[in-house]
Amino acid sequence: MTDSTRITDAPGHSTGEAGQGSPRRRDTILRYTTSDRTNHWLTAIAFVCAGLSGLAMFHPAVFWLSGLFGGGPWTRILHPYIGLFMVVAFALLAVRFWSHNFLQPADWKWLRQIRDVVNNREDRLPEVGRYNAGQKLLYWVIVVCLAGLLLTGIVIWRAYFSDYFSIRVVRLAALLHAFCAFVLITSIIVHIYSAIWVKGSVHAMTRGTVTPGWAWKHHRAWFREMIHAANSRSRPD
Amino acid sequence: MALQSLDIIRRSATTLPEPEIRSGTGDVTVAKLIDTTKCIGCKACQVACMEWNDLRDEIGTNVGAYQNPPDLSASSWTLMRFAEVENTKGDLEWLIRKDGCMHCQDPGCLKACPAPGAIVQYANGIVDFHEENCIGCGYCIAGCPFDIPRISKKDHKAYKCTLCSDRVAVGLEPACIKACPTGALVFGTKEDMKLHAADRIEDLKSRGFENAGLYDPAGVSGTHVMYVLHHADTPHIYNGLPGKPHISNTVQLWKGITKPLALAAMALAALTGFFHYIRVGPNETDEGDEARAADEMAKTLNSPEKRP
Repeated sequence: MTDSTRITDAPGHSTGEAGQGSPRRRDTILRYTTSDRTNHWLTAIAFVCAGLSGLAMFHPAVFWLSGLFGGGPWTRILHPYIGLFMVVAFALLAVRFWSHNFLQPADWKWLRQIRDVVNNREDRLPEVGRYNAGQKLLYWVIVVCLAGLLLTGIVIWRAYFSDYFSIRVVRLAALLHAFCAFVLITSIIVHIYSAIWVKGSVHAMTRGTVTPGWAWKHHRAWFREMIHAANSRSRPD
Repeated sequence: MALQSLDIIRRSATTLPEPEIRSGTGDVTVAKLIDTTKCIGCKACQVACMEWNDLRDEIGTNVGAYQNPPDLSASSWTLMRFAEVENTKGDLEWLIRKDGCMHCQDPGCLKACPAPGAIVQYANGIVDFHEENCIGCGYCIAGCPFDIPRISKKDHKAYKCTLCSDRVAVGLEPACIKACPTGALVFGTKEDMKLHAADRIEDLKSRGFENAGLYDPAGVSGTHVMYVLHHADTPHIYNGLPGKPHISNTVQLWKGITKPLALAAMALAALTGFFHYIRVGPNETDEGDEARAADEMAKTLNSPEKRP
C-alpha cells in the first residue's frame, strides 16, 4: 500500500483546512488510510453496541442498558447480529494490520519497562515500530477474545443453535462467553484510555495523519521507515 | 400471572430483597407429591394441564411407546415418562414418572435468568415464569438441573409448569391433582406431603420395596414437587431422574460472585485511567520533538539513499 507510506503535506489534503491560523505548513505522515479508519470505526461502533447490549444481559445492575436497544427482547434479538458484524469488521481490520503485530524481542523489553511507559518516560524505552508491544498485545487479545466470543456465542444463540448442543456445552459456552467479553471490554477500556492519554492518537484514527514529531517520539523505527521510503520514492532512477 | 409482589420472595436478576413485610407471619410452603408406585400412566394429568392452561401442543407422531408427546415442550408442561426396566430378579418393571418442573427451593432457572422479574418464587415455594418480562435468551434452560424450561418457537418466551399458581393462590389444588384417578398425585403443605409420603414408604417397605423412599433432593434445598419412588436408591432408572441434582458448578461460577467482581474490575479499569490522567498526565508531543523529527527528515531526505 503506497498510500500508507506517503508523507503528505498538511493534514486534510486540501489547501483551506491546514494552513489557517497555523504559523507554517507542517509535514504530516499518513498513519491510517480512509479505508483503515472506516474499518476501525465500524468495528468500534459494533463493539460499543455489542458491549452495551451484552452488559445488559451480564448483570442486573446494568439491565437498564437494554433500553438503548428497545427493551430486553430486542436486546436479546440484536446482540448476536451486532456481534457477528463486529467479528466480520474486525476480521478485515485484523488482516489489514496482521503483519505489523508480531511481537519482537524488543517488545518484551518494552513490556518489562512498563513503569517507564505509564510514567511518560518514553526516552528510556526501546525504539518502537508501527505498533508498540501494548498495541500488539491488544491486537492478539482481541483476536483470541473475538474468536472465543464467536464460537461460544453460536452455542448460546438459543433461537438457532443451542438445541444442537448438550446442556454441559451450553453452560460452559455461557461462562466462557462472559469471560471473553470481560477480558475484551477491559482491554478496550485500556485501549480507549491510551488513545486519550497519548495526544495525537485520536487525530491519527479520525483524520488519518500524525505529525513527524509524534511519529518520532512514539514510533521512531516506523518514523524512520516512513522517511526512508519517502526518500527512495523521491529519487526515481 | 399477575404480579403479587407481597407474596413474592425472590425475583430473577434483582440485587435487592423483595418486600418482606409478610415474612415470618407463618410461611407455609406447598408441595405436590407424585407417588410413582400408584401411577397407572393414564395421562389424565397431561390432559388436565392442557385444559386448565389452555395449551394445545402440535400433534406429533407415534414413536412406538406410550410416551406421548415424546418430550416436554413450550405447550406440554407435564409429561408421563415411561421406562421399561429389568430388575435384578430378571423381572420387567414398568416405571412411570410424571415429569415437569420440580419447583426447587433453590431454583437454577431463577439464578441464571438475566431479565428482572421474569422468574419469581412465591412465599409458598412455587417458582413461576412471568413471560411479560422474559427476553427469550434461554439461560433458564442452562440453569435448570432437571431440563424443564422450553423456549417457544412461536414467541421465544420460556414456559414450564406453574404448579397452577393461579389456582393455588385462590385455594384450589393444581389441575393435574384434581384429575388423577388413583391418588398418585396429592397436594398440600410440604409438611403434610412429607408425612403422607412417610406412610406410603412404610407401606411399600412392608411389601418388599426395601429401597422405597422420598425424592426431595437436598442439592437444590428440596423441591416443591416430590416423588415417592419404589427404588429411591436408583432415581436414574425413572427415565433419567438425576440422583444428586444441584445447580451446576459452571452456572454457579457464571452467575455467582464473578459477575459483580467483573463489573467492578471494568469500572476500576476506567477509574484507573482517569486517575492516571490526573496524576501522570497526558503524553504529549512538543516543539522539541517536532524539531528533532524535522532534523532527521532533512538529513535523510538530503542524503543519497542506499538502494538495494
